[in-house]
Amino acid sequence: MDQIQSPAVRVRGLRKAYGQVTAVDGIDLDIARGETLALLGPNGAGKSTTIEILEGYRRRSSGEVSVLGADPATGGRAWRSELGIVLQSAAETGLYTVREQLRQFAGYYPNPRDVDEVIAAVGLEQKAGTRISKLSGGQRRRVDVALGIVGRPQLLFLDEPTTGFDPEARREFWGLIERLKAEGTTILLTTHYLDEAAQLGDRAAVILGGRIVAEGAIAELGGPAARVPIVRWRDASGVRREQRTERPAELVAALAAEAAPTTADGRGGEPAELEVIRPSLEDVYLELVRAAEASTVSPIVAIPEEARA
Amino acid sequence: MSAVTTPSTAGRAGSVRLPGVLASGLSRVGYEVRGYFRSPDTVFFTFLFPLIMLGIFTAAFSSSGDIAPGPGTAGVSVGAYYLPGMLAAGVLLSGVQNLAVDIAGEKGDGMLKRLGGTPLSPVSYFIGKLGQVFTTGVLQAGLLLLVAATVFGVELPTSGEAWLTFAWVFVLGTVASALLGIALSAVPRSARSATAVVVPIVLVLQFISGVYLQFSALPEWMQNLASLFPLKWMAQGMRAAFLPEDFAVMEQHGTWDLGWVALWLLVWLVIGLVASRLTFRWIRRDA
Repeated sequence: MDQIQSPAVRVRGLRKAYGQVTAVDGIDLDIARGETLALLGPNGAGKSTTIEILEGYRRRSSGEVSVLGADPATGGRAWRSELGIVLQSAAETGLYTVREQLRQFAGYYPNPRDVDEVIAAVGLEQKAGTRISKLSGGQRRRVDVALGIVGRPQLLFLDEPTTGFDPEARREFWGLIERLKAEGTTILLTTHYLDEAAQLGDRAAVILGGRIVAEGAIAELGGPAARVPIVRWRDASGVRREQRTERPAELVAALAAEAAPTTADGRGGEPAELEVIRPSLEDVYLELVRAAEASTVSPIVAIPEEARA
Repeated sequence: MSAVTTPSTAGRAGSVRLPGVLASGLSRVGYEVRGYFRSPDTVFFTFLFPLIMLGIFTAAFSSSGDIAPGPGTAGVSVGAYYLPGMLAAGVLLSGVQNLAVDIAGEKGDGMLKRLGGTPLSPVSYFIGKLGQVFTTGVLQAGLLLLVAATVFGVELPTSGEAWLTFAWVFVLGTVASALLGIALSAVPRSARSATAVVVPIVLVLQFISGVYLQFSALPEWMQNLASLFPLKWMAQGMRAAFLPEDFAVMEQHGTWDLGWVALWLLVWLVIGLVASRLTFRWIRRDA
């Protein structure tokens, strides 16, 4: 009973240090069952370290971590069978065909998906009998995704899954993830594409310098202030102006009234280069990163892939 | 619909039936063997190499006549003399060279990390590797024997005792080599450096252990050095199986010393087991 109610991922005070360098500096994070969380942040902010700790690949320095009710540091085979992991870097020796590789991996799980259905879901039906070494980069990435979901995971880690996809492939991939979400799969997604995070995520968390600096529903990330629309225009004296306002239409109307009439019938003028911008997730995110970089004393340190304590 | 959308760990935990460690391991054997034969480097430098060397040595030295244990005794053809050494080299290559390079490559390209993220047991992984070494080793030895008998006219032994010796030296040597290969795969820092690290070791061993050079013609210090490593004992065991009894006088102590062969191979098997157990990781894991 407690199990069912407990979140899929629960992290409290997570820290990870490599010698003197602190990669993750006290993270609290919850992912509810069935939820998709987009973890955002620049390279070296601690995203990958955090995910690898949750996946059981790295050990934490301190803090509490529970993933599907177990500590990843000691999670066994049964625990792993509930996870799907799509790593950041594609890894293929390429000696096997798509179907051979998926069939092999499906055999490791107690309740795998049908291999041909998975191949179809990632759009590789035409390539099922082709060796992975003969596939394009984007197609190999789809194999990675297929290998991540073939075990019918309850919790899916997607680490920059669509890097190298063309726009159409990315749309198809989004469709696939939407279907997994509809089946109740919990997803932890990292991506550099903010439109992808906005499309797929229920919530987002922004990690900077090893800390979570913002967290919330996609539409509310950064707080109400970050969402106030921006009106930009060039004024009569040729100066670029920008103003944030909850009532952009009112401001625009005022600007129009102010502007000198430019037509013979005496209607109001058009303010030059007028734009009304409703900050997108990307705008909010970049604003957060800029603010953090301006205020933080400690620089964001990149952690080498093979760093060891 | 609600049944699908409300997964519960508690409910599923009871029904989770992981595939068996042995079953997964056996399914990996076929997969690994397929991968082996799809790698041109492996097929040439591991699978066919002893056969090619046997051909070269037979072609190069046959003109100088048969090899005999002493003046006035009956000798055997060059092909027949080199066959046991090449069988032993095949066992070493199939185990040590093949697995050390293969696993270092899987570590380098992230395959081990990916497998470590699945419920696959490392034991299943090793069953797959050992099965691959065993299967390809048997095929390799079979091919060597077949070509030696049909192309090079080598007379193969007819006694059951000789084949029994061959069988246990082969099995013991193969298991020891495979485990040593797994252990050695931990040494290269990258997939690209793997062949540079592994091949020289294997090559030097073949030169000092009586594979390419007649063991009895080597200086004593080199024979003693070679005796510390498993290949010398595999080659000696193979000679015991395939050469006539009177060739025993050419060995270091004038006998086949099969007891020592067994003991040294067992020692190396245990070293390989312990070292691979201690060094193998799915990934280079930090603290």
